[in-house]
Parts: sequence; C-alpha cells; structure tokens
Amino acid sequence: MAQKKTGNRSVNSKMSDIRYKVLVGLEIHVHLSTQTKMFCGCELEYGAEGNSRVCPVCLGMPGSLPVMNKQAVEHAILAGLALNCEIAEFTKWDRKSYYYPDLPKNYQISQYDLPLCINGSIEIPLEDGGTKKIRIIRAHLEEDAGKNLHTAGNFSQIDLNRAGASLLEIVTEPDMNTAAEVRSLAVELQRMVRYLGVSHADMQKGHMRFEPNINLIVTKDGTEYKTPIVEVKNLNSFRALERSVDFEIHRQLDEFLETGQVLEMGNKSTRGWDDANQVTFLQREKEEAHDYRYFPDPDLVPVKVTKEWLESIKARLCELPLKRQKRYVSEYGLDDYDAGVLTAEHSTAEYFEDVVAKGAYFKRACNIITQDLLKLANERGSSVADLGIPAIHTAELCKMVEEGIVSATAAAKITTIMSESPDKSPQAIAEEHNLIQKSDAGELEQIVDQVLAENPTAVKDVTSGGKKSKKARGFLLGQVIQKTRGQANPKVASEILTKKLC
Amino acid sequence: MEELSAKELRDKIVAGRISSVEATKAVFERIEKLEPTIGVYISTFEKHALAKAREVDEKIAGGESVGQLAGVPVAIKDVMCINFGATTCASKILENFRAPYNATVVEKLLLADAVIIGKTNMDEFAMGSSTENSGLKRTVNPWDTNRVPGGSSGGSAAAVAGWLCFAALGSDTGGSIRQPASFCSVVGLKPTYGRVSRFGLVAYGSSLDQIGPITHTVADTALMLNVIAGHDPADSTSVEEKTAPVGDFLERLDEPIEKLKIAIVPQFNAGADQQVQKALSEAIEVYKKLGAEIIEVEMPHLDYAIAAYYIIATAEASSNLARYDGVHYGHRTQNPGDYIEVYSKSRAEAFGKEVKRRIMLGTYVLSSGYYDAYYLKALKVRNLIRGDFTKAFEKCNCIVMPVSPTTAFKIGEKVDDPLKMYLSDIYTISANLAGIPGISIPCGFDDSELPIGLQILAPAFDEDKLLRIARMFEKETDWHKRRPAIEV
Repeated sequence: MAQKKTGNRSVNSKMSDIRYKVLVGLEIHVHLSTQTKMFCGCELEYGAEGNSRVCPVCLGMPGSLPVMNKQAVEHAILAGLALNCEIAEFTKWDRKSYYYPDLPKNYQISQYDLPLCINGSIEIPLEDGGTKKIRIIRAHLEEDAGKNLHTAGNFSQIDLNRAGASLLEIVTEPDMNTAAEVRSLAVELQRMVRYLGVSHADMQKGHMRFEPNINLIVTKDGTEYKTPIVEVKNLNSFRALERSVDFEIHRQLDEFLETGQVLEMGNKSTRGWDDANQVTFLQREKEEAHDYRYFPDPDLVPVKVTKEWLESIKARLCELPLKRQKRYVSEYGLDDYDAGVLTAEHSTAEYFEDVVAKGAYFKRACNIITQDLLKLANERGSSVADLGIPAIHTAELCKMVEEGIVSATAAAKITTIMSESPDKSPQAIAEEHNLIQKSDAGELEQIVDQVLAENPTAVKDVTSGGKKSKKARGFLLGQVIQKTRGQANPKVASEILTKKLC
Repeated sequence: MEELSAKELRDKIVAGRISSVEATKAVFERIEKLEPTIGVYISTFEKHALAKAREVDEKIAGGESVGQLAGVPVAIKDVMCINFGATTCASKILENFRAPYNATVVEKLLLADAVIIGKTNMDEFAMGSSTENSGLKRTVNPWDTNRVPGGSSGGSAAAVAGWLCFAALGSDTGGSIRQPASFCSVVGLKPTYGRVSRFGLVAYGSSLDQIGPITHTVADTALMLNVIAGHDPADSTSVEEKTAPVGDFLERLDEPIEKLKIAIVPQFNAGADQQVQKALSEAIEVYKKLGAEIIEVEMPHLDYAIAAYYIIATAEASSNLARYDGVHYGHRTQNPGDYIEVYSKSRAEAFGKEVKRRIMLGTYVLSSGYYDAYYLKALKVRNLIRGDFTKAFEKCNCIVMPVSPTTAFKIGEKVDDPLKMYLSDIYTISANLAGIPGISIPCGFDDSELPIGLQILAPAFDEDKLLRIARMFEKETDWHKRRPAIEV
C-alpha cells in the first residue's frame, strides 16, 4: 500500500468512500545515565554476568530499604525542562503492585498521581523540513524490573542486574498521525536526552523502549468510527517502532472494514511485535482490569523541588538539538541534512562552533567535520570531539583548504594523521607528507605544456569544441594533477590549461 | 548474677569483676534450664556469643576501650536481619532464610560490644498481640505458664522477664513492645518514629514500625537507646541528627522533671479492667506525691485509632509481604504447574492464618474503588489523632494511660476471635499512628499476681524527658524488682 505523508488518507472500497486518520500516542521508557540505580548503590554495567550487579535493596530482600538517587531526580527534571514541562514543587513515590518474577518486591516504586513533570511538548522535525509540536502528558521516574530469560529447558531464569535501574517514563498525547512522525519523535527524543547528558540512549543496550498506542478515526459514508486502541509492547528499535505502527494502521483498517469493530470501554488490546515476520501479534485480547493498588511508599520521603534547586538544574539546560539544527540552516545557510548531522550529538555541534569561532569558514568546517572527522569517529566508535583533534588545528586545516594550500583529498589524509598525532599542526603534517598543493604558475605551466605535448588527441578534442571537448579537458586536468602526485592546485592548473588551449 | 540489670552487669564487666564469658555461660545455662518451659528462642548462637564475649574480655584485659554494652548478653526479636544466622519472622515462609547483612541496630549492638545470644519468638511477621501467631513455636508468660506473654515481641519480653538475657530488642507497630512488656512486668520503649533505623527490620507496617528496647530497668532502656538511636543514611525515614540530636539518655536520667504536668484521658481509660484502672490511679497518686500536677484532656479521635490502624497497617503489610513469593528466597511449593502456582501455593502453604487475614484486608482497602473510602480516610483519621496529641502536649509534659485493658490472658482465649484480639491494642496503637514515643513500666499486679503496666506517652523526640518521668516512678516503687516464680 502506498504511503502518503499526510495524516488524512483515503482508500477506495468497492462499497463506499472511506477516509481515515491515524492517532498515535507514545510511551517511552528512557534509562537515565545515573552512576547508580534509582534506589541503591549498585552500578549498572551492560553485559555484566547475570545477577552480579545486585544488592539486598534491588533484590528486594526482607528489611532492605530504598534510598532515593538525587542524580536521577535531577536528570529527570532536566529532561522535563527540555520537554517544556511544569516541574512539580512537591512529588512523592508510590508503589505499583503486580506479581511478576522479574519484579523482586512484587511492586514497582513509581510515581502515580504526582509525577515530577507534567504538561510539556516537544518539537519534532518533519520530512518536508517543517516541524510539529507533540504534547507531553507527563514524565515520571520509576525503577526498572529485571529480565526473565527463557533459554533453559523446563524452567526460566531471572537476571536482576537491570532491576532498580532509574527510568524516565514519558507519555505523549496521541498527536502523531503517521508512522514517520512516531519515528521522528523517537529519534528527536534520543538526540535530546543525549544532548542533555541524561541518558546514553543506546538502542542496542535497551536504553530506550517504546510502546505506541494506535487507533484510527475512520470516516465511512460521512460517519466517523474509532477503531479499538492497540498498544504495542516493548519495541526497542526505531525500525520496529515505525514498522509496527505502519503495520497496525493497515491491520486496523482491514479489521474495521471486515468486522466493523469500534472502540469501546475495555476493548483496548495489547500486541507484540514479531520482528522476523514483521507483524504484530495479539498478546492480551481485552485490557484486563488491572488494579495496581497504588499507594504512597512509606519507605521514602516526599521530594520537594526548591526554587534554588530548580534554578541550579535550569542552568544546565543547553540549546536543544532541533533548535540548533534550524539555526545552522538560517544562520549559516547549511542545508538541513548537514545541520542535522552536525547537531546529532551535542559535543559535535559544540566542536563545530568552536572550529568556526577559531576562524574556519562554516561551510568548509561543516564539510570537514561531517565527512572526514565523522568517518574517522565512526570507524573508532567514538564521537568527533573524542578524536582529540584540537579545534584550532581543524580550523587551520579548513583555512588551508579554502586557500588552496591543500586539496580536499589531502585534507582527509591530514585529518587522519591529526587524530593520530593531535599535537601536530595541519601545516606541519602537510609539509611532512608532501601534501601542499602546487600553485606556482611557472612550475605548473611546464607540467601543463608537457601534458599537452603528450596528449595531442585530447588537445584536438578540446580545441575542436565537439561533444568530446568537456571530457577531454577533464582528462588533461587529471593528467596534470597526476603528474604532480595530487599536489597541483586544481584551480590554478585549470586556469593555465584554459589559457593554453584558447 | 541474675539480679543484675544490664547496666550493672556492664559496669562489673568493665571493672573486671565479672567476665563476659562467665555472664554469657550463665545465661546459656539458664536457657538450657528454662527454655523448654518458656519457649523464648527461635535460634541461639552460643559459639558466636562466647567468641564475642571472649573478645570483649580480652579487650578489657588489654586495657582497650569498650562499647556501652560491653559483654552484655542481649537477645533480639527474630524480625531483625543478621548475617550469622537465620531471620525467620516466626514464619514458615522464611524458616530457612539467612540474610547476607546485619540490620543497622545489629551493627550498632555489635559495635557497642554487646553479646548477641539469640533471636526471640514473636507473632508471625509481628502480626498479633499474644505471640500465639508464631508459625514456629509457642512462648508462655513466665508469670503464669498458662498465659500468653503478649505480643508481638512476646519472646523478647518473656526472655527479659525470665532472665534468659539481660536486655532485648523488640519492634512495635501497634504496641508490640509495650504490651508484652506490661504482660511480663518489664520495661519496654517504643521510640519516636524515625529515631531508630529500620534498615534490616523486616517490614510489617513501614510507617508505624519502630525498634525499641525491652529491659529490666528504665536505665537499661536508656542505655540500649543510647546504642541504637540515630540517623542512618540507609533509612530515608530515620531522622537527621540536626533535627533530633541523640544525646546520652543516661546522663540526666535521675534528675526529676520540675513542675511535671501529667495528662490523663478519663473517658478513654474507662474501658480498662477495674484492676488495671486501680493500678493506674495508684500510679497517678505516686506522681502526685512527687509533686506532679494532673490534668484531664480530651482526645476525641482516639476512639477511631483501632479502625485507622487496621487499615493503614494492613495496607502496608499487603504490599510489604508481596515479596515472599517462593521465587527468590524462602519457602517454595513442590512441583508447581506454572509461575502463578509458585506464588499462590507457596504463599498458601507457608503463611499463617492471621498473616493471610491481614494481607487480604490490606489488599482490599487499597483496591480501586475502595482506596478513598478506607485508606485515604484512615490517613485523615491518623492526622486528626496526631492533632489530638499536639493539642494535648501543649498543656502537659506527658500523658499516662493503661498499656492494655487487661492483664495477660490465657493461651487460646482470643485466638478464634481476631476482633477481640485487635481491641486489646486500643491504648498502644495511637502512639504509632502519631509517631510519638511511649513507654511501659511495671506498676502493679492484679489479684492473680499478673503484672500491670503503666504507659507514658511524650511528644516526638522527647525520649529524654519520657525516660526521666518513668525513672521518677521506678525510683519510688518496687514493682520492677519482683521476679516471676518460674524457677525450676
């Protein structure tokens, strides 16, 4: 089925004219990058041996007591501020009761009626370059559960390393109307929390989990019908998120056309995502009347967010990625894609601005960073900033390219060497490795003459001005550059060539 | 040696006149003799205790400084975690549970050089008023072996009364220290909520639970409180030192309170047995003789304390006890069909009747649709009761009342009537709801020679004054010197 980018779509049915609108709200669990877990001193380590990052508190042993992690609250407040939320002055911890083997206490410490952050919004980029505001209902803190493993024969195993990790649960209004918008929100949120330094948001490590709530408003013969809401559980990649939403849209439409089933009290269902077959599958038919028996956790004291505390956290708020991306477009005239690449990570954007501040032309800086430096960083699995190349050296390199001292190709070689020897200036590297372009007209003229003499056919092709003229000219310039082992300044060489061939 | 209080023993050990090993051995001899009759200990640690005693003796012999409880054999209720033995909470579900850590109070006792000799019996998960709800053993009252020792810290109270230890720790959620102390004619203190760390105390009603001493004398209680009180970063509800500094509760213990003003709540006391009321009146006379002014106060909301308590405590309990599910530790059913059966069968098999009853009650009051009518309303009542105390304490230094409406009742007498059992907590529960400290001290005997306790309640963090007021009475009377005729 063809995808349209608008929220309203129509299909042709044999019987009638049908249009539909998609509504998607998202619940996102973000692992906060706190030193220790939400209520104990255990440090998280991805891939650590099963049940090796645990203590009496996160194991929920008798007599153990939780102690609130202040850093987690600060991370959550910072994220809340970035999401334009109101931050509660007074908040508390509640117990959410349900029995499951990966939940050691059989209750989860969470926040029920007084979440830390409420009534916010996030701008997400759209494919057409515009943006859209998605409302945030709430964002609250809670502890994560462990993992049930069903790998061994007749029994299951439980790994509680993750149990008690600090989680921020963000809930949006159903403001998204396409799978692409859902994906865009997820990606934007990832970029945002990384910017703020509150989460590593590493999808591979399960730092972000998504649960979209999807239904359609179908208009059939002038009457509106709402399809039953489906919640898809536990999606941990952008791809799975986007595809499951897309699948659900089509599945729900087909189901509606077939059965006419509409939204009623209690007919919300839960589905899982089968990644191998790229389909959702039914998990729970009817939303069981879950009674979590929330009540305030008597082991913890309420949290008061004082003005001073809030202000000190506000001071850590930085320019957010989307805003920065748009500024790069308007201020520097970069294209939206490049601006997006530069602002994907906070440190990269900071590095870019530092290089520009040190005198580099921003388009050149953009090219060198998004092409050469980012390639190096990706190869090493680090960030651009972590390559260790002083911004002043990158700025100098930009200027050298701009002034024709080195070629863009040479610049790529120089960046590699700079990352290996961060103390060396690009000038020194260029000299040491013979990468300075030949711009001396006299010297280049001799080489051009030599090339022209060696390639009479090409010269003829150029001067005759026929179809082959352009190609032959390019060939001759290439020969010049080859003879100088890449050191000829193509601009200067081209000028000489033009002069000689006229 | 059996005549010595914990403090006297400590002084003699420090002076080198008795060794801790001698004292510890004497206690274990007595345990061997009396334990079959009284049934106090769920577990004892003779080897461990003697090793600690020897260590303390060596320290003293070597001129090293020692802690405030140097060499004193103490017992702890089996609801506090230790890393050198089992912690059962007198429940089959934790019968073989060994914690990998010590409760903060246990750490503090060891740091004070106490010799921990064993863990005492109790009502399962501290739910009960007679210790009859223990899933593991029966404890009787040393004053009359046909009667209950009170509960839930019945083992600790009986151990002190029967001299099977020199001092003990109990825990008090609705009277579980004070009521057995009164039934056994010993001193029992429930400190202010937040005064003593709850880390390692297996939770029953977290907002009500508090650990406290059960001892022979007020001075011993002060000594024990010196050791266990104080802020603990591992317990968020324990109070910061700057809010409630822990001084030396022994320092001014013998100084009477000048211009002491004592309040009574006449309408409330009328529900107690005649003989209990008589003992209370006589106790008030003692204070009058000491120059105290007695005033009457009204506390209109105390009548609702039991109702509020059995909602709040059971609500918290239903959640606190959810973790005993057979999955991670403790009793697990044989051959469960699926994981739901691991839960349902393990819990059905190992929890006792009263625990199940309270879990069901608590689950019910927290259920959606009932929360506001029960739990939320109970919290409001709790606030009103707190308000009653605040108002009353504006006019007086302390309030006195009975600990229990009756003296120790017969074993089996109330087992089948939970409501009757609940009503026996009427005088003790409000202190837990209000978070204030309360003490029970011996103040007489009824016609059957069964002990009666006097309860004194004071404002939050006013333990210093509370202990001095108790001490004033103790100095004037001999009740605390009487001994049960349990000797074999």
